[in-house]
Amino acid sequence: MPAISCRNLVKTYDGRPPVEAVRGIDLEVREGECFGLLGPNGAGKTTTIEIIEGLLPATSGDVEVLGRVWGRDDDDIRQRIGISLQETRLSEKLSSLETVTLFRSFYRQGIAPEDALRRLDLQEKSGAWVGKLSGGQRQRLAVACALMGDPELLFLDEPTTGLDPQSRRQLWDIIRGFREQRRTVLLTTHYMEEAERLCDRVGIVDQGKMIALGTPRELIASLGGEHVIEFSVDASSSAGWHAQSEAMGVVSSDCSHALPVGQGVPPDGFTNLPAVSSAWTEDGRIALSVTEPHVALPALLSRLQVLRCDLTSLTTRHASLEDVFVKLAGRHLDGEERPHA
Amino acid sequence: MPESNSGRYSPLRQLVLSRLREFYREPEAVFWVYGFPILMVVTLGIAFRDQPVEQIHVDVVTGPQAESTAFALRADKRFVIATNDADTCRRRLRTGKTAIVISPRPETGRGAGGEGQATADTQSESSPQPTPPRPNPLPVGEGTAGGQPAAGFTYLFDPTRPDSLLARNAVDDVLQRAVGRLDKAVVWDEKFSEPGGRYVDFLVPGLLGMSLMGGGLWGVGFVIVDMRLRKLLKRFLATPMKKSHFLTGIMLSRLTFLIPEVLVLLIFSRVAFGVVIQGSFAAVLALILLGAGSFAGLGLLIASRAKTIEAVSGLMNLIMLPMWILSGIFFSSDRFPEAAQPLIKLLPLTMLIDALRAVMQDGTSLAAMTTQLLGLAAWGSVSFVLALKWFRWV
Repeated sequence: MPAISCRNLVKTYDGRPPVEAVRGIDLEVREGECFGLLGPNGAGKTTTIEIIEGLLPATSGDVEVLGRVWGRDDDDIRQRIGISLQETRLSEKLSSLETVTLFRSFYRQGIAPEDALRRLDLQEKSGAWVGKLSGGQRQRLAVACALMGDPELLFLDEPTTGLDPQSRRQLWDIIRGFREQRRTVLLTTHYMEEAERLCDRVGIVDQGKMIALGTPRELIASLGGEHVIEFSVDASSSAGWHAQSEAMGVVSSDCSHALPVGQGVPPDGFTNLPAVSSAWTEDGRIALSVTEPHVALPALLSRLQVLRCDLTSLTTRHASLEDVFVKLAGRHLDGEERPHA
Repeated sequence: MPESNSGRYSPLRQLVLSRLREFYREPEAVFWVYGFPILMVVTLGIAFRDQPVEQIHVDVVTGPQAESTAFALRADKRFVIATNDADTCRRRLRTGKTAIVISPRPETGRGAGGEGQATADTQSESSPQPTPPRPNPLPVGEGTAGGQPAAGFTYLFDPTRPDSLLARNAVDDVLQRAVGRLDKAVVWDEKFSEPGGRYVDFLVPGLLGMSLMGGGLWGVGFVIVDMRLRKLLKRFLATPMKKSHFLTGIMLSRLTFLIPEVLVLLIFSRVAFGVVIQGSFAAVLALILLGAGSFAGLGLLIASRAKTIEAVSGLMNLIMLPMWILSGIFFSSDRFPEAAQPLIKLLPLTMLIDALRAVMQDGTSLAAMTTQLLGLAAWGSVSFVLALKWFRWV
């Protein structure tokens, strides 16, 4: 039995015009895995997770949580899940211990408040008012509140947004520890690094749809290679680009615009290079997915020489989920639009 | 280690405790809830304290008879006498520095001068000689003051000002006696000061009602909207917390704040102004709880859908303002026109204050106030049910 399963989830907010926040998402989260919904802000991640959490009614679609259905087994589900919302301002005048004790009291069974604080490394802040805690400490306290009912399934909506790297790593360790007890985690994030490091499987969401689903490794492998070569060329060296590229059958673009391409058309002129499996543009630069950089690089350089384009930058790196998102959505995860010609 | 539920984890207890802690850790809130009503009692109690009029400011217009008139007026110790020229006197009357301006006249006679209307006590002149109840003060002109005695006076006063009217009568009394009037009836003055009859006795139940209304509406409504804004309501909704526990917890914590609030007001007015409860304390307590519950329900209703502090503040004021004015906190609501009375009597604050005054001032029993009790209960329960129905958690 999957921990979560939803079929054809749709959520349309009333308004003029109506906003289609979620447009048919299918999702299955297996027991014991850490599943990440990755996507830019406004992609529909929070709407999706809140429907699954039973906090928002879906416009249509079916949701099952731990084999149970909202509207029929509400209390049963609530007793078994833990939730941390994207933004909750806990009462500032209550201490950490008082806050977790309050949340503990809502559950029939659960962990001791002191124990929860210890797990989240907050035992020294047990008597401190929430108002006096740092951002990272508050976020950990929010997760502690989610753990009070000793849940089988934990929902974390953007748990590390706005945190410094150290606090972020600390939270990752806590989430890993939770998963090691064979419990399930569903989290949303717009940090691809977080999804890559923390999640067993990732669903990439954009504009209310799931555009990719798989383990981080699978998704990166779908690019064709584990490496990425990114380069750009000097605009003034574009003489002969046209003639040459036309002659060679590559895409008819203008070098002076830093190899711009039309929407949805990848710079295919480089995909026929050895060891290159796919190509796309990113911030006006061309990115190539490459299986063997030491084969692809010399071929690329000689191709550019033939085209008489001067390189202005060239980098190679490991491929990331970010590259997957950019290739599929044509945008960065942080929401910046790629400049079009 | 999983731990099972026990007394420490009673949700209602935790919810009430959390609210109480949040409240007592907010010094400003504590001041406004407890300090403010006391300040009101002190200020109003002092302003309207029931003491005999100590001083009557009297101006005498300068002239030949001014000296002798002033001398005669000194027989009454309450008079503070000033002698000024006519213009100054008028200005002082206009600006409220004096209550009356007396112009002594050398001759008597009807319509003898200006706008003033001469009055003469014809009865006293032709009456026989009874034993005067009090020793007659010195007639004008006798003794050391000297000067021609005045035969008549023009009183310049403002009949719409109670102090002016009082001054006119007091002055006339003294001056008439000074020129020889004899009081024939024997009178005995008895001072009436029954407990429960003073203004402060009237005021304390009013303030109690006002503070119950303010505390109920703000204490419940504001807190809920604040929690909604902070997404704390949504966070609670994401737990198995029972909604009834939450709403009951809010109501219970409200009633808990109330105990010291009410006690402080009652004890203070008892110690400082001697305000006592004529009826039974249990009846007052029952009314307070009923009133607080009723206003907490109303607060819940106001806050059930409001999404911003501005919206809830506006609604609060919309609800409270008519009651502040109409429900008789500071003066009896009977002063409003007859036609408006049925409506005024329907307001929860009117019902509460009327019932509190009946018990505290007149010692009426609760049985005599079924209308108010049922009315308050109806306001509270209807609001609570509607609030539950309409309540927005996110």
